[in-house]
Amino acid sequence: MNAIKIVLNGILKENPVFVLLLGMCPTLGTTSSAINGLGMGIATMFVLIGSNTVISLIKNVIPDKIRIPAFVVVIAAFVSIIQMLMEAYLPELYASLGLFIPLIVVNCIVLGRAEAFAAKNGVFHSALDGLGMGLGFSLALTLLGSTRELLGTGKIFNMFIYPEHYGMLIFVLAPGAFIVLGFLIVFVTKLQTSK
Amino acid sequence: MSYIIIFIAAVFVNNIVLSQFLGICPFLGVSKKINTALGMSGAVAFVMTISTIITYLLQKYVLEQFDILFLQTIVFILIISALVQLVEIILKKVSPPLYQALGVFLPLITTNCTILGVAIMTIQKDYTLLEGVVFAISTALGFGLALVIFAGIREQLVFAKIPKAMQGAPIALLVAGLLAMAFMGFTGIV
Repeated sequence: MNAIKIVLNGILKENPVFVLLLGMCPTLGTTSSAINGLGMGIATMFVLIGSNTVISLIKNVIPDKIRIPAFVVVIAAFVSIIQMLMEAYLPELYASLGLFIPLIVVNCIVLGRAEAFAAKNGVFHSALDGLGMGLGFSLALTLLGSTRELLGTGKIFNMFIYPEHYGMLIFVLAPGAFIVLGFLIVFVTKLQTSK
Repeated sequence: MSYIIIFIAAVFVNNIVLSQFLGICPFLGVSKKINTALGMSGAVAFVMTISTIITYLLQKYVLEQFDILFLQTIVFILIISALVQLVEIILKKVSPPLYQALGVFLPLITTNCTILGVAIMTIQKDYTLLEGVVFAISTALGFGLALVIFAGIREQLVFAKIPKAMQGAPIALLVAGLLAMAFMGFTGIV
């Protein structure tokens, strides 16, 4: 397995959101605008790279029976780091993402990659897998956030594409999250099967 | 009075699944039959109530006393995963029928974000212990309500003719979207 292939795997072939359907809670909960989606994606990417690297470094030291609690502690440590960093340097984004930052701990992608990839592979490849999965996650969240923001308010990243009063507010609210994600998954499966 | 408001807000207005987006994984995963949906909701209600009490006491008497609030995330998740294991062991000994009903769902709960979410929200909203317990139970009820309604719809969906690309997750998400729209009708009650 070469490096580029591992990174691309996370972005395209095993995209955590569109293909594996993991980490649905932050995907739906934080994508009311493109910038929130991107912020959440990057925070998760940081945790993924960090936890994958550390877990693959210490995988031989951890007894097999207690590996899940050990992984969870490593992940929780990185989540606390990003939580404190965001609170200090990006207070606005931190306020709008709110509860979902500490909840990265229970995001299935992070534990899933630790168990499925980092516990079996070397440090370099594990970090790359974290990068790929994180990029795939960020990409999906940004796409979902942009679509919802565009349909709901006529803006992408706060730039007006069309006047705001034509926007359909429902897409920024809760139901829009489910509906837009449903249709995005249809498009992505369609694209992948037609290849 | 405030207990009734907390109850209505948690079950209908701020439904944990349909307006807060927590617990989506079990919501999509174990909602194919009404029976499994009921079992999962029962297990969640059980663990959520106990874990809220324990994390609350821990927050007030350990984390705040020693000024180590930055450890909150790590401590809470460790307590919850240990608690789930403990509940499983105790249930197996004390009440085999209850274990039979809830057993399969218990291990899944550790990664269910509603449990950690409710524990943190109880702290953030500055509830008293009793209010926290009411909040946890009503949130679990709201979770159960959404899960059972959704499972009921999905049982009927089996008979519908769905385009091939829409089968599975996409149609489930669209149904959830319509359900969320229905729950939006409760906005403004409290």
